[in-house]
Amino acid sequence: MEMTRRDLFALAAGLAAVGLISLPADASEEAVKAAVEKFAGGMPKSGGVEIVAPEIAENGNTVPIEVAAAGATSILVLAAGNPNPGVATFHFSKMSAESRGATRIRLAKTQEVVAVAKMADGSTTMSRREVKVTIGGCGG
Amino acid sequence: MKKFIALCAAGLMALGSGAANAGEDSELVMNGVQYITKLKAPAGSPFDEVISGWRFRNNETQTLQTDDFANPAMIMAQYGEDLWNKAEGDAGKSCADCHGDASKSMKGLRATMPKWHEGKKTLMALEHHINWSREEHMKAKPWKWESPEMLGMTAYIGLQSRGMPVNVKTDGPVAEWYEKGKKLYYTRVGQLDMACAHCHENNTGNMIRADHLSQGQINGFPTYRLKWQGVGSIHRRFKGCMDNIRATPYKRGSEEFTALEVYLASRGNGLSVEAPSLRN
Amino acid sequence: MSNIKPRVKVPSTAKPGEAIVIKTLISHPMESGQRKGKDGKPIPRKIINKFVATYNGEEVFSADLLPAIAANPYIEFSLKLNESGTLKFVWTDDDGSTFDLENKIKVA
Repeated sequence: MEMTRRDLFALAAGLAAVGLISLPADASEEAVKAAVEKFAGGMPKSGGVEIVAPEIAENGNTVPIEVAAAGATSILVLAAGNPNPGVATFHFSKMSAESRGATRIRLAKTQEVVAVAKMADGSTTMSRREVKVTIGGCGG
Repeated sequence: MKKFIALCAAGLMALGSGAANAGEDSELVMNGVQYITKLKAPAGSPFDEVISGWRFRNNETQTLQTDDFANPAMIMAQYGEDLWNKAEGDAGKSCADCHGDASKSMKGLRATMPKWHEGKKTLMALEHHINWSREEHMKAKPWKWESPEMLGMTAYIGLQSRGMPVNVKTDGPVAEWYEKGKKLYYTRVGQLDMACAHCHENNTGNMIRADHLSQGQINGFPTYRLKWQGVGSIHRRFKGCMDNIRATPYKRGSEEFTALEVYLASRGNGLSVEAPSLRN
Repeated sequence: MSNIKPRVKVPSTAKPGEAIVIKTLISHPMESGQRKGKDGKPIPRKIINKFVATYNGEEVFSADLLPAIAANPYIEFSLKLNESGTLKFVWTDDDGSTFDLENKIKVA
């Protein structure tokens, strides 16, 4: 089927009208920064936190993620594109075999997952990783 | 309006056909047992190969099903086990009082569902059989089709057949149900004027926006859908499909859905039962 | 689902200092507070907001959870133990109720 420019606009409007395209509110970059600073007491160094997550999540309702940073006492996880950025904070101990935690999270759309690690000496590091979230064609 | 609907339908169908999907060639192995998720289709099948919905999911989603601990549907099966042993109703009986050890008495049952009920002279899905037994033997109230109790029980009973090949009979008195289900499968309905076959037969393997269209096999139900964030029945999925094409869905447990279920189930004969499975 | 059930996967034995993986899951809807019900009114937030693991009474791992954690929260972490003992898990709901489980681990 040939699609004209006008048809494409009509299609986009149609999909939006029947609710197939929804645009959740985004956490502002300020909200992310505020959450990071509250946890880290300033802006952390860049890098050093391992974030394991699917490149493309099949469903944003349940995205398996894992974060790790050698020697970290706690790791803060944020979802920069959710309406609220907070996700979880893991606290480790001297009995932790590794400063590593895994869970499953909700991502409202394609966005960056942010992880901030706090070390025993109080220093902090931060990494980001993009996860693409697909929007399914099928509801039900 | 007609053009608008046509455009929506075209948009749904046309986007990104044939996109690569990571999990298609994966083999499903659980607790050291290899499951049949793909087999050569029998004569008369619309497919070359019969393929479980598991193969249409990406690696991360597939992995959630392979470990019984990671699969959240197993919580429901555990709940079903509790209910199995719980006495209820005026007869003061539990499922276990008559059926004993479910791992023996229920083994293979899910693989044959839906199944003709000689007493009631009708075709019954697993849910119907459960409620019949509750009313007849336990003198207990029937469960709602999509209640946690019913989903727990179908997950638990389904689990007893996990790994066994689907083996649904369509002969004898079931033949007319099969034909009715087949007719429903190919009948266009709803504002989008689509039949099951348009997505799950003509376009299986293609992408519908970001979803990889499966064959609509039901060997994994009840299933934990990431979208639902919970476990749901086969008929819930049917209803979802009908809502998507803007049709008025039949009721869960209706003759229409039971007929459609027997038709679809028989098209998956030979696939391993995966209940309770996990899908996106 | 009305009945909230925790499950854990914990090895029953471990060698001293060996890394062991602990997996936990609790059936819970994790109602985010962002959704609206059929009546159009927001469904109030109700989540598991805290998970704590203690070993012989000492906290060895914990997690603060927010509504962006998926339904039926799954948490996995690792431990290395030097003595036998009891690993206890406690999940805390927004409404103040708690759910707990205990597992014994033999370290030798």
